[in-house]
Amino acid sequence: MASSPYVIVDELTIDIRTANGVLHAVSNVSFELPQGEVLCIVGESGSGKSMTALGLMGLLPGMATRKAKRLVVEGRNLLAMSPLEKSDFLGNRMAMIFQEPMTSLNPCFTIGNQMVETIRRHRNISARDALTQASKWLEKVGIPSSAGRLDQYPHQLSGGLRQRVMIAMMLMCEPKLIIADEPTTALDVTVQAQILQLLSALQRELGLTMIFITHDLGVVSRIADRVAVMYAGQFVEYGATREVLKSAQHPYTRGLLKCLPVPGRSARGAHLGTIPGSVPSLTGDMSGCGFANRCEYVAPDCLTSTVPLADRENEHRVRCLFRPEELISGRTAAGATP
Amino acid sequence: MLKFLLQRIVLALAVALCVSMLTFGLLSGTIDPAIAIAGEDATAEKIQSLRVAFGYDKPFYVQYVNWLVNALQGDFGKSPYFGLDVRDLIADRMPVTIKLGALAILFAIGLGVPLGVVAAIYPNTWIDRLALSVAVLGQAIPNFWFSLLLIIILAVQLEIFPVSGATSASSYVMPMIVLGTNGIPSIMRLTRTGMLDTLSADFIRTAWAKGLRPRQVFFKHALRNALIPVVSVSAIQAAHMLGGSIVVESVFALHGLGMLAYESILRSDIPTMQAVILIFSGFFIIFSALSDIINAYLDPRIRVS
Amino acid sequence: MTDQTAGSNRGAPRTWWGVFSRSKFLSHRGVVFGGTMLVIVLAAALLAPVLAPHDPYQQALLNRLKPPFWMEGGSWTYPLGTDHLGRDYLSRLMFGAQISILIGLATAIISGVLGTSMGLAAGYFGGRVDAVIMFIVTVKLSIPTILVALAVVQLVGGSLQIVILVLGLLLWHQFAVVARAVTMQIRDMDYITSARMVGCSSLRILATEVLPNVLNQIIVVLTLTMASAIVIEASLSFLGVGVQPPLPSWGIMIAEGKEHIFFRPWLVMIPGFALLFLVLSINLLGDGLRDITSPQGRG
Repeated sequence: MASSPYVIVDELTIDIRTANGVLHAVSNVSFELPQGEVLCIVGESGSGKSMTALGLMGLLPGMATRKAKRLVVEGRNLLAMSPLEKSDFLGNRMAMIFQEPMTSLNPCFTIGNQMVETIRRHRNISARDALTQASKWLEKVGIPSSAGRLDQYPHQLSGGLRQRVMIAMMLMCEPKLIIADEPTTALDVTVQAQILQLLSALQRELGLTMIFITHDLGVVSRIADRVAVMYAGQFVEYGATREVLKSAQHPYTRGLLKCLPVPGRSARGAHLGTIPGSVPSLTGDMSGCGFANRCEYVAPDCLTSTVPLADRENEHRVRCLFRPEELISGRTAAGATP
Repeated sequence: MLKFLLQRIVLALAVALCVSMLTFGLLSGTIDPAIAIAGEDATAEKIQSLRVAFGYDKPFYVQYVNWLVNALQGDFGKSPYFGLDVRDLIADRMPVTIKLGALAILFAIGLGVPLGVVAAIYPNTWIDRLALSVAVLGQAIPNFWFSLLLIIILAVQLEIFPVSGATSASSYVMPMIVLGTNGIPSIMRLTRTGMLDTLSADFIRTAWAKGLRPRQVFFKHALRNALIPVVSVSAIQAAHMLGGSIVVESVFALHGLGMLAYESILRSDIPTMQAVILIFSGFFIIFSALSDIINAYLDPRIRVS
Repeated sequence: MTDQTAGSNRGAPRTWWGVFSRSKFLSHRGVVFGGTMLVIVLAAALLAPVLAPHDPYQQALLNRLKPPFWMEGGSWTYPLGTDHLGRDYLSRLMFGAQISILIGLATAIISGVLGTSMGLAAGYFGGRVDAVIMFIVTVKLSIPTILVALAVVQLVGGSLQIVILVLGLLLWHQFAVVARAVTMQIRDMDYITSARMVGCSSLRILATEVLPNVLNQIIVVLTLTMASAIVIEASLSFLGVGVQPPLPSWGIMIAEGKEHIFFRPWLVMIPGFALLFLVLSINLLGDGLRDITSPQGRG
């Protein structure tokens, strides 16, 4: 394992200009990831997890701005890259797999065309060799008879196949870092499992470092070495997967875990948990804990003081003023509404 | 795709048949063509003899069927004004108009598409506003006056081009600009909206994520998709331009089909008018069918299914 | 410049008074520019009998071809100079505006009534009615407008009424297409269905329920058709086949000015700019109204 972390994200902040003011989509997200490890970023929609991924890739939409102290991948400073250097890096050393396989491939070009252009952008090889490579990679992602596939257009493939094509296309140049943004969300349940398995197998085989974005805690235990729980644009809990799943400390993570059906528990007819309320507006000035308005343990301090992401034991970090044993419900008279 | 093609061709033929009936009916029905040929003050015998000579004494539908059958064989009768076979007249004039139309559509695409692309890549900048103003102006400026304006500026004041006539290649330049300007607004707007839509598409983000160069992203991935509607609109625009050639050719004294149409109309030369109108409609029918077919061909989702 | 206005209007009521009351009208640059320009032309046209300095038909052969006031030899007696018969150019221009606007409006109304009723019927009844009407529209689209207008007007004889009638019969297709599209969108909405259930006749439903909803889009088409009609009339008159002299149609003025294009280009420029100004104002207004009334309907 490499001595210095493969990925360093230091205080990544993303603001989006909207008609209603500036939206703080991501605030001060920091993490480090050693080579070959998988980090899962978990959160509900609107928590900023996709923005974090796009921010890391430098693919943010026009009205978004990115700020960070450091963004380092493979020892290269992403912040200091020229557009050309960046495009040399993307698809080559780091790549991204998107959520919507239906729309993420260009409908006007064949699979082969889109795969070949990727590898020929980064490797100096003939069109012929590129095609061979493409069909090799299609087989690798489980698409047999791939020679014929190369001449097909995206609309001729099912969602699952398209996502496999996407994976093959993004892995062709053998990047060492893969960012997967909910790659299974848009797919059928059975296909979801297959794609997840494929990604996980490829990750191990190729020794990929992976950042996996998901809203599904169930996925986390299967693939992640580390997990970050994101809420309202911030990491609220971060640590090794076993540690976080076993002894979750943030009320939000604990709520999420309660929402998860566990074999045996739900069989007895127990209710699945839900977290009441919704994500707060991320526009304007934000003070206090972002989760306060939904937290059943909210205390007066939660509404006023800025809550840091505090180190706990075992490299476990939690953004909560209280330790789990200190959490008492109904501490403010106003209840859960600040 | 084959079924679509057949359907489209059958529709085009049906439209062509109706148009031929309409043109024939409209022109032969509104006035007595024999009087038109002979002139208002001709004697009754002269008119009658003309009527018989041109077959205008027969029942209307017989006239139409005769005319259509002959027209399908390329025989549009004899022009009373020019004293020539209409077919020869048309064959003589057609190349000028085709040349003009081709130049004009190339001019429109050559300016409209780049303007639209640049406007979409830099939206809401001065370049975008400039493109939009060009579109608005191009839409409003009347052909005949724009022609005169160009003559005043380019031919009279600056003496760059000849005022009129098809004496040299450069005499096509001003007519080309006028007709081409007609097509710029719709081509430019369509390119711009198409590019804007496409640039925000997921597959463009994929292209960036693959590390493709801006050139590849803009011109291969975005433009290819954005141009699908532009190509078909260009076909329609080309047909419109041919239709607009009547005004422009008259102003610049280019002896093309448009000029022929104008002359035949001024002289109430019915056979020539019928033929020319039919041909201009034919252009439009063919081009709009082409437009649909090209559209289907360019979109793999329709072509390969 | 128009996207924001259109975008923020998505929740606005889609009726004229609703749009007006929210004064999206007055915040849209195209509408303001176009509207102001149009008002200027309208005022010039309507007030021509009062404001025009001279009789537009009064010839004064001694004062032929006077240049406009800003040029050497020009004077304020004839602010825009005189034409080849010594008629005051400004007065002719103002009375010419009457012709253009009259033709534009009358044509747009005739073709509007014709096209809208066809479009309503096609969209509302669908099926075979729709197929037939759309076929007619296709046939109409294949007919070269200017050519046929020229031919028919020439054969029947050029006069204001004939030109209006012919153009009215030639420019209805856009109304049909737009009215059909909008009608199809609302045909199956609840209030239409319930009106049908209560037993309202189709004609009544079309007139009271569908037409008001189509009206917004129709008015946009009305403006754009008006602009086309004005340009085509000027073109016909320019080619000598349309409104006949001595009527001061701008097309005729340009045609007469063309004879002096080498030495007195202003005779062509002045009525041409007037024409451009009018058409531009109507187009700006129409485009603006389209932005306001249909957020998606751009380009």
